[in-house]
Amino acid sequence: MLNTGVSAKRTNAAVVEKLDVAAVNSAAARTLYKAREPIYPKLVHGKFRALKWALLSLTLGVYYLLPWIRWPRGVGEPDQAVLVDFPGRRFYFFFIEIWPDELYFLTGLLILAALALFLATALFGRVWCGYACPQTVWTDLYIAVERLVEGDRNKRIKLAKAPWTGEKIAKKATKHALWLIIAAATGGAWVFYFHDAPTVFPQLFRGEAPGSAYLFIGLLTFTTYMLAGSMREQVCTYMCPWPRIQAALTDSETLQVTYKADRGEPRGSHKKGESWEGRGDCVDCNACVAACPMGIDIRDGAQLECINCALCIDACDETMKKIGRPLGLIDYDTDKNLERRQAGRKEQIRLIRTRTILYAALIAAVGALILFGLTSRATMEVNVLRDRTPPFVTLSDGSIRNAYTVKIINKANHARDFNIRLEGGGAYQLSTVGAEIQNNALVVTAEGDAVRSIRIFATLPASELLRASGEIRIIVEEVGGGESVTSNTAFMKERR
Amino acid sequence: MADKEIDAPTGVETTGHSWDGIKELNTPLPRWWVILFWISIIWSVVYWVFMPSWPGLTGHLKGTRNHSERANVERAVADLEAMRADQMKRLLSVGSVSEVESDPDLHLFAMTAGRSIFGDNCATCHGVGGQGNVGYPNLADDDWLWGGKLEDIQTTIRYGIRSDHPQTRVNQMMAFGEMGALTGAQISDLVEHVMAISGREANAAAAARGAATFEIQCASCHGADGKGVQALGAPNLTDGIWLYGGERLDIQKSLHSGRNGVMPAWTGRLSEEQVTALAVYVHSLGGGE
Repeated sequence: MLNTGVSAKRTNAAVVEKLDVAAVNSAAARTLYKAREPIYPKLVHGKFRALKWALLSLTLGVYYLLPWIRWPRGVGEPDQAVLVDFPGRRFYFFFIEIWPDELYFLTGLLILAALALFLATALFGRVWCGYACPQTVWTDLYIAVERLVEGDRNKRIKLAKAPWTGEKIAKKATKHALWLIIAAATGGAWVFYFHDAPTVFPQLFRGEAPGSAYLFIGLLTFTTYMLAGSMREQVCTYMCPWPRIQAALTDSETLQVTYKADRGEPRGSHKKGESWEGRGDCVDCNACVAACPMGIDIRDGAQLECINCALCIDACDETMKKIGRPLGLIDYDTDKNLERRQAGRKEQIRLIRTRTILYAALIAAVGALILFGLTSRATMEVNVLRDRTPPFVTLSDGSIRNAYTVKIINKANHARDFNIRLEGGGAYQLSTVGAEIQNNALVVTAEGDAVRSIRIFATLPASELLRASGEIRIIVEEVGGGESVTSNTAFMKERR
Repeated sequence: MADKEIDAPTGVETTGHSWDGIKELNTPLPRWWVILFWISIIWSVVYWVFMPSWPGLTGHLKGTRNHSERANVERAVADLEAMRADQMKRLLSVGSVSEVESDPDLHLFAMTAGRSIFGDNCATCHGVGGQGNVGYPNLADDDWLWGGKLEDIQTTIRYGIRSDHPQTRVNQMMAFGEMGALTGAQISDLVEHVMAISGREANAAAAARGAATFEIQCASCHGADGKGVQALGAPNLTDGIWLYGGERLDIQKSLHSGRNGVMPAWTGRLSEEQVTALAVYVHSLGGGE
C-alpha cells in the first residue's frame, strides 16, 4: 500500500517541474525607464548548443590564428598571410596585395558581405545574430566562463543574492579576472592583423610595441569586457541597428526560431498519465525562458529582442523527450507553414524564392566583378604632375621648357625597366637631369613593389612655339613590350 | 533619516525638504558620473606625484618622472641630428653633382634637405620653383651669370653677390647715364645695338653707331660679341633671357642707372652641408651645368 501510495504520488506530480523564471525583457515586462535586470541563462544540451560550441571554436580560432599563418611573398615583402600594413600602405590577403588606390576592392568586399548577410537573413532569419556575430560569440564565451566559475543558473542567482563572503568575492574576482584575460587577448589578437605577429608578440610584453598597439589593446579590452561582460543583450536590443533592418529582409517563407503555437496551445502543466486530448504540447515548464540569453519568452511570438540563437529549441526538445512528445515544438519554422498547418496542408520549405534568387544573383554578379577586377588589374600605374611653379621656363635660345614629375608605380614584385617618350602636337624634346636620352626615350628602372619618381623636361624650340597645340602625351612603356600607360597633359607656353 | 518618505506618483524618495507644500525629490547624480568624478580626483593626485604640477615661488613642482617638454624637444632635435649626421658628413666631401646622383640615398637626402632649405631661405626672392622675378635670376633656366656647376652654385650661395662678405662675387654695371659717361643719344644708340645683337628689329644706323660705343664701354665685360663672360658675371646680351627686362625702355634704364642686385652671403647662416644640399637642389631645378 505504501509503495502504491508513493508511486501514485509520483504519477500525479508533473513530470517536468515548472522553472521559476520571468522573461524580464518581454514586451509586457519591460517598462521604458527600468534598470536592467540580470539574466542567468541555463545551460542546455542539444544539437544547436553543439553547433554553437563548434561555431564559437571556429570563429574564435580563425580570429586568433589567422595572423599567424605565413605566406611567403619574396624578399622585402611581409610573409604574413593577412596583414594591414599601414606604414607600408598595403593590404595583404594571401595571394592578393592591395594598394591604397585599389581600396575599392574593399568596398566590393563589404558589399559582398552585406549581400551575403541579406541572403542568409532571407533564408534562415537572424543566423548572423544567433551564431556568428562577435557580440554573440564573446557573450556566449563569457557566459560559459561565468558558468564554469559560479555554476549554472540557480547557483548564480543564489550567489548574486548571497552576502559578500570570502567565497563570493573569490568567485567574482576569478570570473572578472578570466573575463579580463579574454578581453585583453581579444585586443591583443586584433593588433596582430596590423603588425608582423611573431615580431610584435614579444615586443608587446617588453613594452617595445608601437603606442597604437597598446591603445587598441586597451580599447578592445575595455569594449570586450563591457559589451560581453555587463552589457550583453542590451547591445543587441538598444545599440545594434540590425534588429530594425532585418524585419525588411525576412518574409513569410523565412525560417526563423518559432514556437509552434498551433501545436503548443493551450499550454499548462501536465501530470504523468493524463490525457493529451484537448490541450497543447507545451507543459509550461519555462525551460525555453530559462535558456534564453536575451531574457524573453519565445512563446510570445517573433520579437525584436530575439537573436535566433536556437537555444530554446534545445531546451524545449529536452522537455519533449522527457514527456515523450514529438520534438520541435520550438523549431525553425516559417509563417507560411503555420498557415499551411492550420489549413490542413502539408508543410513546405521554400528556399528558392524571388528574393533569394535576386540576392544570390547579386552576390554572383558582384563576386564576378571583383574577381574580374583582381585578375585583370594592371601591374603598373603612372601619375604625371606638371610643375606649376613655374608653369614654364624660357631658355636662353628662346625655347620653352615645361617640367613634369612622372611617378611610375610598379606593382610587380620584381624590378622593371620603363621607356618614357613624349608625343603630341609639337616637336617636344625630352630631357632630364642626370641621365642621357637615347632614341628620344628615357629608360628608368622601377624597383619591385615600389614607386619610382622622376622629373623630366619637355622643351619646345622657339621656331615651334606658334605651331604647337599645347597638348602633350607622356608615354611610359615597359621595356620589351608589355604594359604601357599614356598620360595626357598640358604644355604651357605663355602666361595666362 | 529613519523614515524615508516616498513620493507616491513617481515612486522616488523625497529629501524631506518642503517649500510651500512642494517637496523636493531626491534624485542623486548618476552613479557613473560620481564614479568618474572620484576617479578624476584620484587621478589628479597621482598626476601631482609623477608629473610637473604646482607652481611655486622658485619654480614648479617637478614630479618624480622629471618630465619636461622642453627637454623632450631638445632630445628629439639631437636624435634627428644624430640620424642625419652620417649623410651630412658625406655631403661635406662631395665634389660634383654626379657623385651625389650616383648614390640614390644620398641624392634623396640632399634633395629633401635642399628643398626645405630653399623654401626657408631662397624662395622669397627666387620664387618657390626657382622661377625668379625681375631683378632676381631664374634658377630653373639654362642661363647662369656666375656658372651653374655645383662648385659655382656653392660659391655663389656661400659668399653671395655684391654682399658684405670679403670673398663675395662682385662686378658692377655702371650708371653710365647718371655718371655722365654717356649722353642720352649714345645710350639710345646702344639700346638699338643691343636690340640688333639679340636678334630683334632695330634701327640699323643707330645700331651701327651704338656698336662703336659698345666696343669702348661694354665689350670689356660683355665681350666683343655681347655674349657675356661668365667669370665676370657679365650677362649674355644676345639670348632670350633678361634679368631686368629686355624691352627698349628696360635696357635704357639699365644703361642710365646701372644694375647692381645683391644676394647676401649665406655662409655662417647655413652650414657647409646645407650649402651643398641646397646647391644639389638648385642644380636639379633644370638648368644645372
